[in-house]
Amino acid sequence: MPNKARVRLWQLGILLAFLGLWEWGARTGRLDKLYFAQPSEIAARIVKWFSEGEIYRHLWVTSVEMLLAFAIGTLLGVAMGLWLALSPPVAAVLDPYIKALNSIPRVLLAPIFTIWFGLGMLKMIALGITLVFFVAFFNTYQGVREVNPVVLANARMLGADGSRLLRHVYLPSAASWIFSSLRTSIGFAVIGAVIGEYLGSAAGLGYVIQQAEGVFDTTGVFAGIAVLMAFVLVLDHLVSRVEARLLRWRPQAVENQV
Amino acid sequence: MVEPRVKTAVELRGLTVRFGDYTAVQGVDLEVAEGEFLALVGPTGCGKSTILNVVAGLLPPSAGEVYTMGEPVEGPNRRAGYLFQQDALLPWKTALDNIAMGLVFRGVPLREARERARPWLERVGLARFSDRYPHQLSGGMKKRVGLAQVLITNPRLLLMDEPFSALDVQTRHLMENLLLDLWQEDRKSVIFITHDLEEAIALADRVVVLSAGPASRPIGSFHIPLRRPRDVAEVRLTEEFLSIHQEIWSLLRGEVQKSYAQQG
Repeated sequence: MPNKARVRLWQLGILLAFLGLWEWGARTGRLDKLYFAQPSEIAARIVKWFSEGEIYRHLWVTSVEMLLAFAIGTLLGVAMGLWLALSPPVAAVLDPYIKALNSIPRVLLAPIFTIWFGLGMLKMIALGITLVFFVAFFNTYQGVREVNPVVLANARMLGADGSRLLRHVYLPSAASWIFSSLRTSIGFAVIGAVIGEYLGSAAGLGYVIQQAEGVFDTTGVFAGIAVLMAFVLVLDHLVSRVEARLLRWRPQAVENQV
Repeated sequence: MVEPRVKTAVELRGLTVRFGDYTAVQGVDLEVAEGEFLALVGPTGCGKSTILNVVAGLLPPSAGEVYTMGEPVEGPNRRAGYLFQQDALLPWKTALDNIAMGLVFRGVPLREARERARPWLERVGLARFSDRYPHQLSGGMKKRVGLAQVLITNPRLLLMDEPFSALDVQTRHLMENLLLDLWQEDRKSVIFITHDLEEAIALADRVVVLSAGPASRPIGSFHIPLRRPRDVAEVRLTEEFLSIHQEIWSLLRGEVQKSYAQQG
C-alpha cells in the first residue's frame, strides 16, 4: 500500500475520532452544549446557511476584503522589500520605523480605522494590509539579500544590469521566500478581515460570528469558524498549486509533486 | 590604410590589491597577448583569483593600472567572459535558457536568443538535455552549459578560475579537450587559473608562476612549445611535457613549501 494513502487514512481517522468524541460527549451530556455545541448541529447549521443562501453575502464580503488586502499588501510588501534590499542606505535609515510599525498589535488599529474609514469594507481591507504587508516585505527583503553571490556575479559578467538583474536573478531567487510568505499572508488577510468585522461592521463572516456570540449561539460561532477554515484551506491549496508550477526548477518542488 | 591592431589583450601595471591590512598581491606586472592562452599557477591562497577578479572588473585595484584591449577596466568588464569555479548557472532556468541568458542579458529577445543557443548546446554535447534544470545535470554537464553561456557572448577575453577543479579526472580531461577544441576555432585570449601544474602546461601557451602569498607576484614565465592541437591526456606522456614540468616545478615547489609553512 502506498505510503501516501496510509497517511491520508490516518489523517481521516484522527479527524473522525475527534469529531466522534466531541459528538458523543455532547450527546451524553459530558460536554455542555451551551459552551461546546455539537458537531452534527454545527454541520446542520452550515448546510442551512448555504441552502437558505444568507451566508453567500457574508462570504462574498469577507472574500473581497481579504483578497484585496492580500493583493495590495503583497504588492506593497514585495515592492518595498525589493527597494530596501537593493538600496542598503535606505534600509539603514528606515529600519527602526519598520520595526516600530510592525510592533503595533494590529487589533488596536481597528478603532482608529473605524474612525477613519467607517464600518464599510475599506476598514477591513486597511487592517488586512497592515498585517500582510510586513510578511511580504520581510520575506522579499530576506530573499533578495540571500541571492547566491556567484550567480549574481556571473549574471553581471554576462552583461545583466538593472531591470534584467531584477527579473532574471533577484525575483526568481526571492520567489521561494515570497511564496512561503503568500501562504502566511492569506491567513493574515483573513485575520485582518474577520477581526475587523468582529470589532464592528455590517456584513462578513466576522459579523456573523459576532452576531451569534451576541445571543450566546455557540453553534453559530463554531459554524462560522468552520466555514472560515474551509475557505482558507481552499485558498492555501490554490497558492501551493501555483507555487509548484512556478518553482518547478527547485529540487524539492519537483519531488513534492510526485 | 592598415587598422591599428591591439596586440595586448590584458595589461597589468604595478597592480596591488589589499583587503584591510592584508596585501593579497603586490606590484604585479603582467601582459597577455591577443590570442594567447595564459595559465596562472601558484600555491593555494596566492591571490590568483584576486588578479582574475580585477581583470574582470569585479574587484577594484588598490593601486596600479589595468587595461584590457588597450582600455582601462572600470566595472564589470564587457569584453571579458568569466567561467567561475563554483556553480554559477541560474538554477531556475533550463540548460537551453541558461545559455540563451548570455544573449538576453545583452538585450537580445528571448526567442532569438534561444535559437542561437541551440547550436551551442550541440557544440558542448548537450543537445538532448536542453530542458533540464541545473540540479538535474551532472557536474561536468553544468560546466559545459557554463562554458557555452560564456562563449555565446563571444568575448575577446576568457577568464577561467579553476573551472574544472571540482570534476573527476576523466570528466576533467574531456572538458579540457572540449575547451581546447572551442578555443582553437577563434583563439580568444585566455587567462586560466589553476593550482594544477599539469593542467596548466597541457592547456596553455605560457605558464606564469606566482609566489606564495601574502603580497604575491609573478616570479617566472615559461613558454610552452608543445604542438597544437593537443590531447590533454596524451600530451602528458611526452618527454617534452615531462621536462617542461620538471623545469617549472623546481620553481613552484619552493613556493608551495613556503605556503605550507605559513599555514602550519
